[in-house]
Amino acid sequence: MNRLKFIVLLAGLLLTTAAQAQQVQVIKLPELQKRLARPTDTTYVVNFWATWCGPCVKELPHFDKLTTTYKNQKVKVLLVSMDYASQLDKKVKPFVAKNALKSEVVLLNETDPNTYLTQIDPKWTGSLPFTLLLNNTRRKRVTFEQEFTTEELQKQLQAFMK
Amino acid sequence: MKKLLPFLASLLVLAFSSFIMLRPVADAGYQVGDKAADFKLKNVDGKLVSLADNKAARGYIVVFTCNTCPYAKAYEQRIIDLNTKYAPQGYPVVAINPNDAATVPGDSFAEMQKRAREKKYAFPYLQDETQQVAHQFGATRTPHLYVLTRQGNSFVVSYIGAIDDNSEDAKLVKTKYLENAMTELVAGKPASVSSTKAIGCTIKWKKA
Repeated sequence: MNRLKFIVLLAGLLLTTAAQAQQVQVIKLPELQKRLARPTDTTYVVNFWATWCGPCVKELPHFDKLTTTYKNQKVKVLLVSMDYASQLDKKVKPFVAKNALKSEVVLLNETDPNTYLTQIDPKWTGSLPFTLLLNNTRRKRVTFEQEFTTEELQKQLQAFMK
Repeated sequence: MKKLLPFLASLLVLAFSSFIMLRPVADAGYQVGDKAADFKLKNVDGKLVSLADNKAARGYIVVFTCNTCPYAKAYEQRIIDLNTKYAPQGYPVVAINPNDAATVPGDSFAEMQKRAREKKYAFPYLQDETQQVAHQFGATRTPHLYVLTRQGNSFVVSYIGAIDDNSEDAKLVKTKYLENAMTELVAGKPASVSSTKAIGCTIKWKKA
């Protein structure tokens, strides 16, 4: 009986973990800035995208693939959705589930791009997709206001990590 | 020959440096204060439209926009309202669709005509078929706004950027960047905030 309870509990725990992988946290700019400022030797690959942005949707699998490819290295892929927060349940969550994204997805809930774009990166003019490679320990940071092929992305990341 | 060599070398340096100096400017398009070159683009009514046509215009609110981008759609009514407000003050809206219709069929000339008819656009909605005007302005996304003010027979770029600070909901807007600039420009003063950033859809350029 106890064993059954244990199995049920374990199954429940596994299910919750699986469900958690699909969660999309809604965050404000200070929270994002705090995460990007962590003093860690992990290389962050931060991709800003939106479900309505064609080129973003096309390149997103290349980014998500890095989570698997670099599983044993200090690389963290963070996919920042720029969709409206009102579209979280209607568009963003179904998209994340449908594409079975393995990387962490957050939704940046801010309304004034004239303020937040500059605070994320002064060079960002407002086009999507936008990508940021970041390593705080090594004080390295590069940005790309462009679309990537999987080869270009891997090449840039390898060069960045050297 | 000995005399010629340094000359050739300096020529090469000159050519190279002018290349370096000119390129970023051409890439970046207009900055506030630049004179905008006139253009001639086809309107949804089939007629060609130029900045010089409207002799009464004190300036223009030029907006690169399209039928298909969610941000352009979100701002469509606000663009219509801007024309209603500023055309009587001498600053009519001129909308330009820069998207390659082969990439985005929803932005074809026929679809533009349909959209303008349905939404009763009271301003020109021009097709930038060669995308030359968008390149010249340095437009990168839709919607992307440029306010031009007349100086004699030329038009000077006086504001570049966003309409306001909330694309999703006009009712929640706190700062109307464009209208703030317009208040100053209409009064003959330069805009104190003349350049703002906005999110938008990338312009769908023709494949080379």
